[in-house]
Amino acid sequence: MKMYDDYELIVIGGGPAGLGAALSAREHGLERILIVERDVELGGILNQCIHNGFGLHYFGEELTGPEYAARLIDRLEGQAIDVLCDTMVLELIPGEQGHTVRLMSMAEGYRSVGSRAVILAMGCRERTRGAIQIPGTRASGVFTAGTAQRYVNIEGYMVGKRVIILGSGDIGLIMARRMVLEGATVLACVEIMPHSGGLTRNIVQCLQDFDIPLYLSHTITKIEGRQRVEKVTVQEVDDHFNPIDGTEIVFDVDTVLLSVGLIPENELSRAAGVEMDPKTSGPIVFENGETSVSGIFACGNVLHVHDLVDYVTTESEGAGKAAAEYVLRCAHTSHKRTCEKTPYISLVKDETVTYTVPQRIRVQCVDDHVRVFFRVKTPYKTPRRIVFRDGDRVIASFRRPYMTPGEMEHVTLKREQLDEVLGDELTISVEEIR
Amino acid sequence: MKEYICIVCPRGCHLAVDDENDYAVTGNACLRGAAYGREEAMHPTRVVTSSVRVRSRKHPRCSVKTDIAIDKSDIAKAMLLLDDVELIPPVRRGDIVIASLFGSEANFIATRDIDE
Ligand SMILES: Cc1cc2nc3c(=O)[nH]c(=O)nc-3n(C[C@H](O)[C@H](O)[C@H](O)COP(=O)(O)OP(=O)(O)OC[C@H]3O[C@@H](n4cnc5c(N)ncnc54)[C@H](O)[C@@H]3O)c2cc1C
Ligand code: SF4
Repeated sequence: MKMYDDYELIVIGGGPAGLGAALSAREHGLERILIVERDVELGGILNQCIHNGFGLHYFGEELTGPEYAARLIDRLEGQAIDVLCDTMVLELIPGEQGHTVRLMSMAEGYRSVGSRAVILAMGCRERTRGAIQIPGTRASGVFTAGTAQRYVNIEGYMVGKRVIILGSGDIGLIMARRMVLEGATVLACVEIMPHSGGLTRNIVQCLQDFDIPLYLSHTITKIEGRQRVEKVTVQEVDDHFNPIDGTEIVFDVDTVLLSVGLIPENELSRAAGVEMDPKTSGPIVFENGETSVSGIFACGNVLHVHDLVDYVTTESEGAGKAAAEYVLRCAHTSHKRTCEKTPYISLVKDETVTYTVPQRIRVQCVDDHVRVFFRVKTPYKTPRRIVFRDGDRVIASFRRPYMTPGEMEHVTLKREQLDEVLGDELTISVEEIR
Repeated sequence: MKEYICIVCPRGCHLAVDDENDYAVTGNACLRGAAYGREEAMHPTRVVTSSVRVRSRKHPRCSVKTDIAIDKSDIAKAMLLLDDVELIPPVRRGDIVIASLFGSEANFIATRDIDE
């Protein structure tokens, strides 16, 4: 047996994306599947998200993060899917016949395994203070909200007593409530944009429920303190995000939580030569989740940041199915060559849309329909049309009563509609309804 | 008049509930919003999630939740009860951690398994 035949599929990451993908690949006929997870247990970020609000779409009930993870993990039972926890993937080396994955673990050390197909499901990590550069001293007491979440919920350490939160992303909002419930005082949540980055539900249940003020169009301009954070200066910003003189508010706090966004964790993908989309910070993918390297697929937060885990699970099931089809059909050399030459159309966005996933569609590979996920750039409180055009011709159009950048949107393009596209580009835009 | 943001769907309508006029709701784009606004004004409830100590080296905390939504005004009191809890493994999802909170039907239950 050649090394690339060790496995039919290796899934990197054991969060909901990796679990969903592996289970679906199994269901679609693969027999040798390995999930590699660097943490001591499966479940990914869900293990630390102890709040509820997961699973309404997928399981039809509201679950907490750990319960959601457990539901997926339960399904592994009896599936003959190999799992390696406490094992980190260091490198992914693509090959013509199959791909090589380099692993490292305390128990087994360093080794290489080969696989016909690979699914990237590494999730994302938080932007840190360095990435957004706040002037001031380097006192302790500055955490990303997710790190604080892990300390409080998993390790059981309280991170501070008087807290300010920078950024109104969901993790920051969730942590605002969590800190209050654990006895801390949360003085404010500060957001540089004129609108909140989190779900309305979280603004209501995490800030308003506890009378925590939300300062929109404000940012932290200074963090002071000798060893521990003592003081934070907040200022209003103008339309170009420059702080306005004279608007300074000083807060006495010992802790700053940063909730300034997530970035897909793609070092492995980049090093493997997978083509990336600067807008999503994730791989560019085709309609089935396949990246620019054949046999390497991506799903979940490594592909683009999702706000709902249910979408992660469904997307990953698609990628798992596609990987199974690839292994059982396309991986054979002759077929693979034709696959690689299949023409595709590119989804192009105008200034109203931040990104789309997928970015490319191979029309002849579409069975029946493709789900296109996207985010709008600005909030719309009144109905709009989402229009797909081939040149001047409208290929599809969808109505939405309201949209916001904080919530991912999706539409379904049918194969018949895609067959109408004559050029190699399809433009998506958000337009007024006339 | 009380004001709320409807959280039933992502549209986030701004609701006004007239508590002096039979809790009449305005600002809602649909009926679900009216029901939500009335409920929030008359009897707001929340599911509470938190974590408790566990006698385990691998997992020092176990996540818990109330199995049904409890009165919003009881949240702080309910949290205090958790401070005194220490679980001993094995813990199973759904195990009751604190039974019938304040004599109600609500319990705190574990939301994960801890084997050792
Ligand atoms: C703090 C927070 C709160 C959220 N709240 C909600 C909510 O209320 N409702 C909701 O529906 N959704 C929520 N989400 C979104 C949802 O949880 C995520 O979208 C989902 O968990 C993403 O799944 P994933 O599998 O892509 O990533 P993850 O869950 O992050 O899993 C990725 C896994 O890959 C592993 N990994 C990474 N690199 C390697 C490597 N090199 N080798 C081996 N393993 C590796 C990681 O250890 C991790 O376990 C929240 C997300 C966060 C971060
Ligand atoms: S009132 Fe109706 S439309 Fe408006 S947010 Fe509530 S559920 Fe949505």
